[in-house]
Amino acid sequence: MASALRATEIDPRLFGMVAALVVIFLGFGAVTNGRFLSAINLLTMSVQAASVAILATGMVLIIVSRNIDLSVGSVVGIIAMTYAVLMHEVFPTTIGVDTAYGWLLALAIGLVLGALIGAIQGFIIAYIGIPSFVVTLGGLLIFRGMVWVISGGATQAPNDKQFGVMAGGPEGSLGGPLSWALGVVFCVGIVLLLLYARRQRHRFNFPVRPIWAEILIGVIGCAVTLAAVFVANSYKWPQGLVDRHLAEDPNFHVPPGGLDSGIPWPIVMLLAVTVLMTILATRRRFGRYVFAIGGNPEAAELGGINTRWTVMKTFILMGVLCAISAAITSARLNGASNDVGEGYELYVIAAAVIGGTSFAGGIGTISGAVLGAMVMYTLKYGLSFIGLESPIQDIVAGIVLIIAVGFDTLNRRRVR
Amino acid sequence: MTTGQTPPLVELRDISVAFGGVHAVERATVTLKAGEVVGLVGGNGAGKSTLMRVLSGAHPSDSGDILIDGERVTIGNPRDAKALKIETIYQTLALADNIDAPANLFLGRELVSQSGMLDDSAMEDATRKVMGRLNPNFKRFKVPVRTLSGGQRQAVAIARAVHFNARILIMDEPTAALGPAETAQVRDLIRQLRNEGLGIFLVSHDIHDVFDLADRISVMYHGRIVDTVSKGDTSIDDVLAMIILGKPPAQASKEELEPLIG
Repeated sequence: MASALRATEIDPRLFGMVAALVVIFLGFGAVTNGRFLSAINLLTMSVQAASVAILATGMVLIIVSRNIDLSVGSVVGIIAMTYAVLMHEVFPTTIGVDTAYGWLLALAIGLVLGALIGAIQGFIIAYIGIPSFVVTLGGLLIFRGMVWVISGGATQAPNDKQFGVMAGGPEGSLGGPLSWALGVVFCVGIVLLLLYARRQRHRFNFPVRPIWAEILIGVIGCAVTLAAVFVANSYKWPQGLVDRHLAEDPNFHVPPGGLDSGIPWPIVMLLAVTVLMTILATRRRFGRYVFAIGGNPEAAELGGINTRWTVMKTFILMGVLCAISAAITSARLNGASNDVGEGYELYVIAAAVIGGTSFAGGIGTISGAVLGAMVMYTLKYGLSFIGLESPIQDIVAGIVLIIAVGFDTLNRRRVR
Repeated sequence: MTTGQTPPLVELRDISVAFGGVHAVERATVTLKAGEVVGLVGGNGAGKSTLMRVLSGAHPSDSGDILIDGERVTIGNPRDAKALKIETIYQTLALADNIDAPANLFLGRELVSQSGMLDDSAMEDATRKVMGRLNPNFKRFKVPVRTLSGGQRQAVAIARAVHFNARILIMDEPTAALGPAETAQVRDLIRQLRNEGLGIFLVSHDIHDVFDLADRISVMYHGRIVDTVSKGDTSIDDVLAMIILGKPPAQASKEELEPLIG
């Protein structure tokens, strides 16, 4: 078993996290006589995790380069509030409500604002040399205060209708056909990647994986992808929602078996972010430099790497991810309250660390952080599903955090 | 310098470096010709490494000139030095422990495809070739260099300097962390590279190492160059005397020399 696993060259850590996730799923399933494992629960849980998972992908790079960002919750807060104020206060008197492009304009402004905040914090950290812990702790206070300033202390709602697509739910999902299409695209991508990697190894006559391992990975990857699409599509639009649409539009078409809900947009966004961030972290110079800085800052500098600009870029990236995360959060709230994103920083850091990111720097994976967020939110959701209150959920999340890192520490000690 | 003579490969002229009020290097001048090994010796804190860090771009000088092939150049950072084909093997090796040997070898100079993606296979291939020359038994190309032995790590650091066709090589204590067999290997390599026409600065505590390999020896003492001597014109005792006393033996008194030579 161990040698077979090695032949597939699958990261054992990642494998362990997926196994843990499956065990947690099945555990809650068993306790609830299977009720927990319904499509609607799985979808809701993933959508809840998406905001934090997206942020965790950026936090990995920040922690890998031996920094920390404590401001993400407040930055999500100020950007979410910006979206809400734009759509609730500014647009009605300027471009109008629910225009075709208003929500995109808001989103664009948010992305620029996120990049700008990241650039300012990153500049102070990288070029002026104030520790990131201090700068972003200040940022946490400053941006949370600014949320109150721009909102006038009041909750701002509602957003433009189209913005709500990013909330998920039946109306914020891809629907049946598009979900299958996305699934197929992913499967083709998996196969192409495997073929490409194998060809690259052949090009230089390097040893390659045994062919059975390649096929096994391909089949499992595609099967999991298509199974996920199947589950997402097995959730149908509820009757009440269908009736509402029929009342507005008598031609609203519902197929006999019900309308497939499909993959929620927040999950599509999370998948896109995960793929892009993985490419950045592992296939681009930028990612290589981030890891080199985390491994040995002096070596990176002597290697001719512009370490300051690299660190500043990680914070800009984090700001952009805050804007994406804030869009999902604000869409789910259909507006913004003053406490949007409060405490996110702790969940985001926990997700990254559960996912194997080391505080010593230089070690971490994007997919691990996303899985870390999933593990944490599955636990939280599952515990609330069986009727345990939020404080208990936090207690369990905290214990899991320590156990996950404990496992890691022991594991590394044994390897060494 | 008379006309018609080719200028030296490297001339560091009147270089000074101060840390706060402390003069780490003071008006030091050294030259290096192609196909020559110049040993740089001196006690702890004599300024050898600091002087070399000026040439490798790791630390700018406060004053003085760097001439390559007789032309004045500016070296403000390690990238400038590498562009001038100056490669450095640092005493600390300067390896990122968490990434593998090919990634370290190409650190800062990664091979990328047309779309800007890292070409890890091509980098691994090049690493296999250069390591095949330095350490034929080396097979661990895909593991973090943290897990390699001291000799293997040293080989990676040397491979990095050799791979990019350096003209000028700076080796700061290249054998300090090595066992006897590996030290012999590095010595062979230094001779081989010199015969290929590289100019090599060899910084070392080990006077025997230097006497074995260097053509000329520059002695540093408290940031100054005491003297530069050809190996044929001097002895280990004379060089030791200069390292300890900070002046050429001819200027030293009998009383100063006697306890040293014994």
